Amino acid sequence: MTPTLTAAPVLSAPLVVGVAIAYLAALFAVAAFADRRARQGRSVIGSAWIYALSLAVYCTAWTYFGSVGRAATTGVWFLPIYLGPMLAMVLAWVVVRKMVRIAHSYRITSIADFIAARYGKSPLVAAVVTLITVVGIVPYIALQLKAVSSGFAVLTGPAGAAGGAGAAWWQDGTLLVALALAVFTILFGTRHLDSAERHEGMVAAVAAESLVKLAAFLAVGAFVTWGVFDGMADIWARAQTLPGLHDLMRLGGAEGSASFGYAQWFSLTLLSMLSVVLLPRQFQMMVVECVDERHIRRAAWVFPAYLLAINIFVLPLALGGMVLFGAGSASQAETFVLTLPLSQGQTGLALFAFVGGLSAATGMLIVETIAVSTMVCNDLVMPTLLRLGAFRAQAGGDLTGLLLAIRRAAIVGVLLLGYLYFQVAGEAYALVSIGLISFAAVAQFAPALFGGMYWRGATRLGALGGLLGGFLVWAWTLMLPSVAKSGWIGDAFLTHGPFGIAALAPERLFGLAALDNLSHSLFWSLLANVSLYVGLSLWRAPSGREASQALLFVDVFARGRSAADPIFWRGRARPDALMALARRLIGPEAAAQIFAAHAHTAGVADPTADARLVDAVERRIAGAVGAASARVLVAAVAEEEPLGTADVMEILDEASQLRVYARALEEKSRSLEAASAELSDANAQLRTLDELKDDFMSSVTHELRTPLTAIRALSELMVDAPDMEEAQREEFLRIIVAESERLSRLVDQVLDMAKIESGHAEWHAVDVDLAAVVRDAVTATRALAQARGAEIELAAPSTVPPLKADPDRLTQVVLNLISNAAKFVPATGGRIAVQVSADADGVEVRVADNGPGVPDEDRDTIFEKFRQGGDALTRPPGTGLGLPISRRIVDHFGGTMWLEQRQGSGACFAFRLPYRPKKMEETP
Amino acid sequence: MTTAASPSRDGPAHPKVLIADDEPNIVVSLEFMMKREGFEVLVARDGVKALDAIRREHPRLVLLDATMPGMSGFDVCEAVRADAAVSGTCIVMLTAKGRETDMARGVGAGADAYVTKPFSTRDLVQKVKEMLARDSAA
Amino acid sequence: MTTNRIEPATGAAADRGPSPQGLAALCGAGVLVFNFPLLMVWDADVSVLGLPLLPVALFALWAALIAALAFASERGGRAPGLRPLPPGDDA
Repeated sequence: MTPTLTAAPVLSAPLVVGVAIAYLAALFAVAAFADRRARQGRSVIGSAWIYALSLAVYCTAWTYFGSVGRAATTGVWFLPIYLGPMLAMVLAWVVVRKMVRIAHSYRITSIADFIAARYGKSPLVAAVVTLITVVGIVPYIALQLKAVSSGFAVLTGPAGAAGGAGAAWWQDGTLLVALALAVFTILFGTRHLDSAERHEGMVAAVAAESLVKLAAFLAVGAFVTWGVFDGMADIWARAQTLPGLHDLMRLGGAEGSASFGYAQWFSLTLLSMLSVVLLPRQFQMMVVECVDERHIRRAAWVFPAYLLAINIFVLPLALGGMVLFGAGSASQAETFVLTLPLSQGQTGLALFAFVGGLSAATGMLIVETIAVSTMVCNDLVMPTLLRLGAFRAQAGGDLTGLLLAIRRAAIVGVLLLGYLYFQVAGEAYALVSIGLISFAAVAQFAPALFGGMYWRGATRLGALGGLLGGFLVWAWTLMLPSVAKSGWIGDAFLTHGPFGIAALAPERLFGLAALDNLSHSLFWSLLANVSLYVGLSLWRAPSGREASQALLFVDVFARGRSAADPIFWRGRARPDALMALARRLIGPEAAAQIFAAHAHTAGVADPTADARLVDAVERRIAGAVGAASARVLVAAVAEEEPLGTADVMEILDEASQLRVYARALEEKSRSLEAASAELSDANAQLRTLDELKDDFMSSVTHELRTPLTAIRALSELMVDAPDMEEAQREEFLRIIVAESERLSRLVDQVLDMAKIESGHAEWHAVDVDLAAVVRDAVTATRALAQARGAEIELAAPSTVPPLKADPDRLTQVVLNLISNAAKFVPATGGRIAVQVSADADGVEVRVADNGPGVPDEDRDTIFEKFRQGGDALTRPPGTGLGLPISRRIVDHFGGTMWLEQRQGSGACFAFRLPYRPKKMEETP
Repeated sequence: MTTAASPSRDGPAHPKVLIADDEPNIVVSLEFMMKREGFEVLVARDGVKALDAIRREHPRLVLLDATMPGMSGFDVCEAVRADAAVSGTCIVMLTAKGRETDMARGVGAGADAYVTKPFSTRDLVQKVKEMLARDSAA
Repeated sequence: MTTNRIEPATGAAADRGPSPQGLAALCGAGVLVFNFPLLMVWDADVSVLGLPLLPVALFALWAALIAALAFASERGGRAPGLRPLPPGDDA
């Protein structure tokens, strides 16, 4: 990538360096702020938006600079790299969520850890995955360093050209960038040992970088589109006039769509689909740093939307650049983002664009090196140290410091390795090719990782075979040719095959020449990978440990964190040995915490080292050194019984039985709770009913006993005094008869009331002329009223519209009201006014008397049972049930009964019946 | 024959008895009964009047209905026991309610006896006599 | 009588989200429209608002897919009572 296409104004190197340093310092500040907030428990990254932005670490310098370059030479071919992630994110809620759940349940810290943990916590699998990662990713890291250094070169002109042969190493900007980033990464990536404690500062910084690179790219895009040109259509119109640019926007280029490399298109889509999850930095951000798996739901569409936004101006920039610089500039299109603003004299914008590119590169470098260094430390260095007995040598010492040192060294090592690759092979390839080689390398993880999440039968052997087979084919068909093409080894084998065996020619394996390099390599490597993975898995049954891990992974959603979860461990361990191990690896406080938590759950003060405690310690250590190393360390301090597949099934059976019991218990207790709530509700209702009943019975008893008392007492007196005077005897007999009548009336009414209340009363609803009913009732009661010296005045139309009601019941109501009135009229001059009136809705009947009226205090209770108006002496005989029964009858036919307020002029009871009751009331 | 109006029977005195009930027919029977036994009978139709009569006439014994309008028998009983001038009055509580809670209330209010309606006239007379005898002996 | 609704025993609320079948169908549709041969449909020498058809169509399809995914993801969202992620371990 040779800079300066035009005689553009060039920025001074110190300015560019100063801006870059200031920008990195600002990132430091963001990260430090986020870390401080995290320590205070007020995380700033607990949002789906931040999570989605942190996923945008996918867009590296490769996107930032490379997309435009690719678009300038191949048209829409830059797109599959972003359509793949789009398609992958559609499935994120299903797949990524499961990965996150697994990783968080078992404290998984890297993709190597994930795959190794699945296959029986195999150190060998972890080491293989790590090696593939390092080999595959180092070129990608080199690519970012290259982008930063060439961007710097473009801005500063020939004077600042980095890495020149004559420059001393301290003048090498790329090396300084690498070292500065190493320091940054060490500061924010290896603060804590337990990687499961997330790197909040780093996530916040990366999210901020994602915003910066998007803003910068959009700014340049908008400037070129509307500042330099007159919109996208203008760019296209002018581009069409250039030779060759017209066909750029067609699938097959100038040769037409028949020559469209759809296999490569598909390969690119598939590769990027896998890479967005499998690249170490993507796994780190998407799985390890995920704060809350619910964030996945929103990030699933926000992240693709980000990708869309950052790609909107790729074509306008590519075409615009070629319009401005000439069609021949396509090979230098990778720097258009910088050279376009520069050529317009916009140095500030160019500087901003450089900062955007710096963001893209540093974001990727930081996360990638943290992820890779964790893998190198946990899965390469630690196992080696364990094997060498380094830990036993300093038994009892605190290892946390050593672990951190290893990890920091790994960070520096990985970055330096990238720098070395950049120095050695840097100029050989365009950005895009390097990226794709890395993509194809990590794609080899797909069968072992996704297969392991869904296929219980997959074994360690299958995973190892698949990984190694796929990796070797990848190296042979893609890596070696790229090395050969950069001139470091002879490229004769490319055309003639090794030792002249044409069938093994790397880019035409078995003569398969129809595919492009990438599709060819992807096809053969994944074919070998999947075949070995499936074949070897089916060949040998999984061991007990593999089977148990398979169950934990595949069924992760089926398991909660309850005591009924299976713990696949058998043997004996001394608590003090476990404690010592935990102290050495995670520090005394955290170790004490585990033991205290366990003692709390187990309910004992001094925990015995049972399977659950061993599991807790192992999981926690796994967060520091990886699952595989943790397994080796725990096995060293415990006497373990080898676990066979049968044992696994047995443990699982026990656990699932326990689960079933626990669930059944839970359900039972829940339904019992519900039942008891219902019962207590019912009980309360019954109690209320019972109280009502009790009151009613008590009242009835009282009302029955009162006449009985008189009857019995008078009868006994007559029996005891045969010499009683005749007049006296007659008086007594008269009272006895009256009280007997009262008694039987009472019994009738109580029964009537009971029938109505229980809903057993018989109702005969026929058409009733209420006026006629009232007239009959008045005729029937006239004699009674006259006996009390009262006159009944009737004011009623000859007929009123018919109602649906029971005439006998209505007669009962009217009789009741009239006789009630008759009881209260004064001894002389009593008047009872009965009035019937009809209107559009119904008929109203009023019975008024000129008696004393109802005292205010009785108004509210007059319709209750056994409430009689007036005091007992002056009160005429009654049962106290007449009015309640009347009211219930009126209620039944949809009407209402009330007592009218008439100041000082006696009582007036009234009721109203509608022609069309809203609903025949079912009496309760 | 002895009529209610002529307390001509032999006896140490003609003790005053107050009948307090709101049911006229029961009053009739009680009045007849008590007069036949030679007591001087006073009648009150409700609780307030009963209390007035007790304070004014100082009857030896009160036949007190528990459920009366205005002031219940229980209230009257409590008021009598609280009034030093009349607290010695014998009180026989009559009630048509037979529930245990009512009984407890009556005893708690300080009645000397508790009779449920309907009652045996002979037993009631017997009880009244005994109480008056015990009262005069004391 | 009150009837108490009995909640499912497990914390199924945490699994609330777009249905896996729906997402798989969407993904399949995406793979189809972005690959051979449906891609050829857009490969014509036609201008849309002065822009070449192919990139416009690709970006439009892409945006439509994002919109569909956003709709599917956010529709069932914000369900109350969601369980937060279980902590890494018992510490």
